[in-house]
Amino acid sequence: MSNRIVAPSPHLHGEFSTPKIMRDVVIALIPAFAFSVFIYGWSAICLTATAIAACMLFEWLIDRLLLRRPSTLGDWSAVITGTLLAFNLPANISPWLVIIGALVAIGIGKMSFGGLGKNLFNPALVGRVFLLISFPAQMTTFPDTAGVDAITGATPLAYVKAALATGTPVAEIMPNIDLAGMFIGFKDGSIGEIGALALLIGGIYLLVRKVITWRIPVFMLGSMFLFAAILWLADPVTYINPLFHVLAGGALLGAFFMATDYVTSPMSKGGQVIYAIGIGVISILIRVWGAYPEGVSFAILIMNATVPLINKYMKPSRFGARTAQTK
Amino acid sequence: MLKSFRLGGVHPHDYKISKDAAIRTLEVPQTVTILLGQHIGAPATATVQKGDKVLVGDVIGTATGFVSANIHSSVSGTVTAVESVLDGANMRKPAVTIAVEGDEWNPAIDRTDTLVRECTLEPKAIIEKIAAAGIVGLGGATFPTQVKLSIPPGKKAEMLIINGVECEPYLTADYRLMMEHADEVLVGCEILMRAIGVEQCYIGIENNKPDAIRHLNDALQKGKYHTGIHVVPLKMRYPQGGEKQLIAAIAKREVPSGKLPIDVGAVVQNVGTTYAVYQAVQKNRPIVDRIVTVTGKQLATPSNLLVRIGTPISTLIEACGGLPEDTGKVINGGPMMGRAMANIDAPVTKGTSGVLMMSRKESLRKPEMPCIQCAKCVDACPMGLEPFLISKLSRLQLFDRLETERITDCIECGCCAFTCPSSLPLLDYIRIGKAETMKIIRARQTK
Amino acid sequence: MNETLIYTIAILVGLGLVAAVVLYFVAQKFKVYEDPRIDETESRLPGANCGGCGFPGCRGMAEALVKNDDISSLYCPVGGAATMKAVAEYLGKAVPEKEPMVAVVRCGGSFCHRPRTNTFDGARSCAVEASLYGGETGCTFGCLGNGDCTRACAFDAIHMNPETGLPEVDEEKCTACGACVKACPKNIIELRKKGPKGRRVFVSCVNKDKGAITRKACSVGCIGCGKCVKTCPFEAITLENNLAYIDPAKCRLCRKCVAVCPTGAIVEVNFPPRPADKGEGGETVLTVKRPATPTPTAPKAETTETVAAKTPAQETKTTEEGGE
Repeated sequence: MSNRIVAPSPHLHGEFSTPKIMRDVVIALIPAFAFSVFIYGWSAICLTATAIAACMLFEWLIDRLLLRRPSTLGDWSAVITGTLLAFNLPANISPWLVIIGALVAIGIGKMSFGGLGKNLFNPALVGRVFLLISFPAQMTTFPDTAGVDAITGATPLAYVKAALATGTPVAEIMPNIDLAGMFIGFKDGSIGEIGALALLIGGIYLLVRKVITWRIPVFMLGSMFLFAAILWLADPVTYINPLFHVLAGGALLGAFFMATDYVTSPMSKGGQVIYAIGIGVISILIRVWGAYPEGVSFAILIMNATVPLINKYMKPSRFGARTAQTK
Repeated sequence: MLKSFRLGGVHPHDYKISKDAAIRTLEVPQTVTILLGQHIGAPATATVQKGDKVLVGDVIGTATGFVSANIHSSVSGTVTAVESVLDGANMRKPAVTIAVEGDEWNPAIDRTDTLVRECTLEPKAIIEKIAAAGIVGLGGATFPTQVKLSIPPGKKAEMLIINGVECEPYLTADYRLMMEHADEVLVGCEILMRAIGVEQCYIGIENNKPDAIRHLNDALQKGKYHTGIHVVPLKMRYPQGGEKQLIAAIAKREVPSGKLPIDVGAVVQNVGTTYAVYQAVQKNRPIVDRIVTVTGKQLATPSNLLVRIGTPISTLIEACGGLPEDTGKVINGGPMMGRAMANIDAPVTKGTSGVLMMSRKESLRKPEMPCIQCAKCVDACPMGLEPFLISKLSRLQLFDRLETERITDCIECGCCAFTCPSSLPLLDYIRIGKAETMKIIRARQTK
Repeated sequence: MNETLIYTIAILVGLGLVAAVVLYFVAQKFKVYEDPRIDETESRLPGANCGGCGFPGCRGMAEALVKNDDISSLYCPVGGAATMKAVAEYLGKAVPEKEPMVAVVRCGGSFCHRPRTNTFDGARSCAVEASLYGGETGCTFGCLGNGDCTRACAFDAIHMNPETGLPEVDEEKCTACGACVKACPKNIIELRKKGPKGRRVFVSCVNKDKGAITRKACSVGCIGCGKCVKTCPFEAITLENNLAYIDPAKCRLCRKCVAVCPTGAIVEVNFPPRPADKGEGGETVLTVKRPATPTPTAPKAETTETVAAKTPAQETKTTEEGGE
């Protein structure tokens, strides 16, 4: 009798696997990457390559030298962290800063918690925010994408913020802003967040592949839009068009690729809704009243911190809960 | 829109490769080994001894206690041993071994094929007959049927739900039964409706079996059956055949935690059980055989066999072209909830709905990876639990937290482990955690 | 400038004072009286919180020690007699001497002794495997080899031996807390008297099947032949359900049973090597199970021969007895 294999049920396994999911995310980031290469050329390629290489190297080093365990590069998560980190940086940033960002992202953001699946905060955003606070000048000067945009040298968000701060009414700002151009991606900003259309294509790919569900992106963008719309309707002179908020800055990148990060988002559907709305509202709060022109990264990190609490109190709808009420 | 249940569920490929193989009767083997515990609950007590002569349909074990079932001889011959044998899981279980001599049936059994429509028995008499025939849930759960039909005082059944879902991939035994014995199944429905005193009966069938839906509808009209019987097509989704999921899909009622289907007025029976009820009540025929799907991608002739209880499973495999070269797992039941067998000489029991062979490559689990909190298990859980959490708590043996997280609601369908991208053995741990928690709760109740 | 400084200091000091007063009264109001001896007793316990005493942790044990007048039924297996003596001295209570215990793995079915019949591919946990399957070999009683006991041990005293697939107890580290005994779903591990100089004799098998079945599944299983029962001069061995058990209270470590056991299921530990001419089986098992024990190689070869020479006669005998 040959050696038979036994195991508890189920004996079938679905098509999902962690490396496959991670690969899908990488694929979904390709359109946005291609667009940034189109705009910034070589510098976008170099920046992304540096970030990915640095993230992989640090993960490998920490695995082998500090934790003394087999390398976890095979799960592709370091590649995603690297890509997302690069996407959140301006194209003309010094490679040294990229490497520092990668070290913070992987070392502090991820591996100090125990690696994939255990981190509390989105690693790429930890790296980004670290750089933003430590090197504000380098992080907020963007290369001029000469000739393709009316605004140069500053992101639309920074431009609007500065203009509104000096008391310029919205009506005078709006002619300088080309919403259609912003949608396609002709604006300044971090290399990955400029191509709104490309990000949307990537996001739809993730939805089709069932890697992410619609809840977090829809509720996050929806709440941003709604909150901005309320402000705009209340006072159209000092508050800008809500569409601008959704298209500007890292809103789309955040909604599809960073807020949806499995590890740092809540488990239940209800929890995901609360989390997404929280991100949307905090983003607008920071953008409108905060010191920084952009608030999506901070908003996601703040909501990441609330995830354990959300998980504790927002349980999924239990079977039998419905009839129990009617009885 | 087609009906289905509210929460969770997964969509495994259905692989119904033995769908068109008509039911084939397998020859009576030389010896049979009939386990005394073929049902949930206490094993039956053997009433025969070594050397006794038995006929087909003779009682060889009587039910012990309320939740238990009678065991009948499936062959005629001489009892050669009453002792423990290794079952499919490599555990020792009490059994009766009988050497076959001829094929003589107990004279009380009507072996003709004529359809007996009329049933004028009182509900109590029907249930007694079912109990005497040792009928258990033939879908695989093997819960004694008479217990399910005995409605506790103060509760009232409103509807009978017949489970023709067969949501397990590969299995086709119930499908073939509905195609080939539709009239008997429908008479069985009428008898069961009479037994529990209801006027409504819904037969739930998934839409991957359109022929069965059509065929049963035709038979319903042609035979002028009770007008309360309806065939309900359901949207394909696993685990629709779960009792609670089926009630949720058909009646839109969810059985509350810790309650039974009867608390929402429903009684669920499998089609195979319904057919067995027909045979027991109208033909005095206890369970001596059952339909078993023998299937697998590599198997020469995937088939649906009518086999005597106690036939070694290896005999079934031989009859379908022999064990494929590359077999890794042989599963008793379907791939989602069935048990991989360590010993394929183990006998067919009442709960053997299928024998599935999987290649070595398919059989081995993928290496475990860290949990990435993707929440796919939460989305897939048809009971609205958090499998990642209860699996971890089970591992840590935190039983009071498991109780508040409602681990006892788990139906062990395997959706969580099926969908987990990190191939974590979620259900393995949940199962032991659930067993332990149940034990603690029961100990507290008896106190 | 000066004023700001003074204000700041004054306000902070004031706040601190108010908080201190509030805290003092709250602490007075909600004070729970606790015997100070409990803390003292707890500090004398090992602090492993292993649960080996039957209480959830050392605190529970300390409470019980203080509360009960008669503490003879309480015992800290980790600290052993020394700890109990220290605690008893402090509390002014008496404790009887207890013999040191050690965890003993009662299964000798290593890979070479138990042929595998199937492979378990589920979660690496004995509890999971035991809940559904009888094990990977023909023996449905023996060690499953997934190491639940090693994970239960808080003292790093039990490890799986990758060569045999069985757990091995590190006697130096084992505190007999019983965590592994509870963790083993097959009830293979037993706490036994450590014995003088660590010497003990026990049946390293828990198989209750009939002799013939056991013999087929495992070459070192107890087949229930009863030879040891007849041989034992002290009536220390009982045979129940085809399984022999040596009562540690009655056993005088004469090792006669080890010599007569036809399968080598009875194991002796930590005895000095026997003179070569008296060697009569059993030692082969010893060398397999306890590589640390100094066993000369010369008698080993001889013992296998003697066992081999004896086997046929014994086998016929055992099958007869097994069939009864």
